[in-house]
Amino acid sequence: MDTFVQQLINGLTIGSIYALIALGYTMVYGILRLINFAHGDIYMIGAFTGFFMARGLGFAAEPSLTALGITLVGSMVVAALVGMAIERFAYRPVRKYARMTTLITAIGVSLLLENLAVVIFGGAPRSFPQLLQNEVYPLFGNAAISKSQILIFGVSIALMLLLQWIVYRTKVGTAMRAVSFNLNSAKLMGINTDFIIVFTFALGSALAAAGGVLTAQYNPTIYPLMGIITGLKAFVAAVLGGIGNIPGAVLGGLLIGAAETFVVGYGQLIGIPSTYRDAVAFSILILVLLFRPAGLLGSTVQEKV
Amino acid sequence: MKRTLLTLGLIVALVASFACERRDGTSTTGDSNAGAIKVGIYADLSGQTSSFGQSTKNGVTMAFDEINKAGGVNGRQLEFVIEDDQGQPAQAATVVTKLINQDKVHAIIGEVASSNTLAAAPVAQSAKIPMITPSSTNPTVTQKGDYIFRVCFTDNFQGAVMAKFAVNTLKAKTAAVLGDVNSDYSKGMTQYFEQEFNRLGGRIVTKQAYTQTDADFKGQLTAIRSTNPDVIFVPGYYGQVGVIAKQSKELGIKAPLLGGDGWDAPQLWDLGGEALNGAFMANHYSIDDPSPAVKKFVDAYKARYGGTAPDAIAALAYDAAYVLADAIKRAGSTENAKIRDALAQTKNFAGVTGSISINEQRDAVKPAVVFELQNRKFVYKETIQPEGASSGAPATGASPAGATTGASPAATTGASPAANANTTSGNMNAGTTTNTNSTTNSTP
Repeated sequence: MDTFVQQLINGLTIGSIYALIALGYTMVYGILRLINFAHGDIYMIGAFTGFFMARGLGFAAEPSLTALGITLVGSMVVAALVGMAIERFAYRPVRKYARMTTLITAIGVSLLLENLAVVIFGGAPRSFPQLLQNEVYPLFGNAAISKSQILIFGVSIALMLLLQWIVYRTKVGTAMRAVSFNLNSAKLMGINTDFIIVFTFALGSALAAAGGVLTAQYNPTIYPLMGIITGLKAFVAAVLGGIGNIPGAVLGGLLIGAAETFVVGYGQLIGIPSTYRDAVAFSILILVLLFRPAGLLGSTVQEKV
Repeated sequence: MKRTLLTLGLIVALVASFACERRDGTSTTGDSNAGAIKVGIYADLSGQTSSFGQSTKNGVTMAFDEINKAGGVNGRQLEFVIEDDQGQPAQAATVVTKLINQDKVHAIIGEVASSNTLAAAPVAQSAKIPMITPSSTNPTVTQKGDYIFRVCFTDNFQGAVMAKFAVNTLKAKTAAVLGDVNSDYSKGMTQYFEQEFNRLGGRIVTKQAYTQTDADFKGQLTAIRSTNPDVIFVPGYYGQVGVIAKQSKELGIKAPLLGGDGWDAPQLWDLGGEALNGAFMANHYSIDDPSPAVKKFVDAYKARYGGTAPDAIAALAYDAAYVLADAIKRAGSTENAKIRDALAQTKNFAGVTGSISINEQRDAVKPAVVFELQNRKFVYKETIQPEGASSGAPATGASPAGATTGASPAATTGASPAANANTTSGNMNAGTTTNTNSTTNSTP
């Protein structure tokens, strides 16, 4: 039983990270109908920014909650700027062309970011400094929760609530929802759609960067290609929950995280090797696309032809 | 239009920067006169195991510089061409093809990770270009053909060493295994560890696996924790091992981690830190060996590379370069077949990592050293000799022990393990154990 609870905690921890990243996919898709494949790499950039900030500001030497907070916010800001730059220089120029063009641009941007990171940072894995004295709190039996896990839950829940508030309670959020309904009508209503799109990218990128720093705090190895698999799984999470749907992304992330951890923990009992954890995420994607293409919480929208 | 120009400019700049990198990489030692002997090196310089590639490069460069300074080989300078395989097997095969067809190298030194060597070896074999791998330990590597050699021990020895150590020294009865499912190194180590551990009466309670892209090991570790093993065998590479150590401590796992030479990299300490305390690993040589050859090598290496201590990968690369130079010298020519034959006849070559004799399987038979990891230091525990240390070597008494005792600070007592080395031959199982826990030398 304690093993089960432990696996559940482990699963929900990575699930929260997937959820944070999935939010970015889902928001951008909701507004532009674009799958931003470079989003996983923003997560990587967030982690690296955090790494250099923590090193540069001397936080590595004296860890504290403030240091972690500053690192977290700092890398969110940097990632938001990177996200805005990507939108401005890569996606906006091709927005008027066919959707396929933007999609391929996204793949190109993703490859560019990955390889630039390899050139600049080198491919070797680096160790993210411990910014929090990690402690483990026993629950019962062998089950325990660590401080970094609590942190991941806490910060992700706070950020998700903040996002919910922005989208549903502010003027910008209302505009975002309007743009996602219909970009052209929103424009006719006097909404500065370019600003809303840039804002969405900034928001999504900041969340991904938060995910990056939190993960790095939890699994202290960062390397330039860390965003590929994590990004893809977050994408699957977004599709599972219903792409374009914000609560769906969170639900999808948690489900994918739990599912893959249970495969690792219990798969062997039913003959599934623990390395099938990645396969599970993508099998889920296929099943969702087959049986519920709109996702768990998504609503089917009749496409006008 | 302006934007197109800007983009073009950026592309040109990027390409140029890559090109520059290549050119640095192709650093030549001495003059690249027409008569230079070209050696190709392929290594992971930008991937997940790039510490291995860097160490290999450093070791070979230093050896070649020394050889060239001393007049080269048969009056000709050695020159190398280095290619980055990014730690990917497919890429390794591609760059080796390039080294052979475009750079026309006479011999190849390369790779550390067995999967990469296994992918590149058939290319060298079919072109009949001699290849020496400094540190790929998977046994199947040299089975790829008669042009493939190695200067290190193999996993059937290394895996068995850790099993023996676990049973005899740590008194372990049960073990869990956590390995990389895509790595030939990891798979080989697991197989031989398991064999030997079972043979000695131990029991493997669970086998868990991960892949190189995994960042979270808590799932596997929680599953391992529920089986409560005495030791956990982690035959992976340093990039993952550090994190595994941290996460296992976080989960409150007390069982010590055991591993092999794949752990050896300066980055291991950054990634794992104090969580690695109490873990044990097998390796090729000890940096604290008091023998003059090792001391000279370590000092020269540190002086040359800004104080970085040479890991076993660097030492083996250095040895591989010298073994190759020695073979070319004895061959008296750069003809492929002649270099191959000379390599095959390498006997009792005094390397930094011990005496190197190539056996019929084109492997080197050498002892292994076991370390305990303690406060960012490798603390020497014991040296384990191969049972068939003499397989292939004619004069047993004379050598491997004589030189290899040096490989361990403690074994210098001279209690020659080679005495029983020729009792069994051919079989590479870990045999005698020179156990002297009292000596604890540590890496500075």
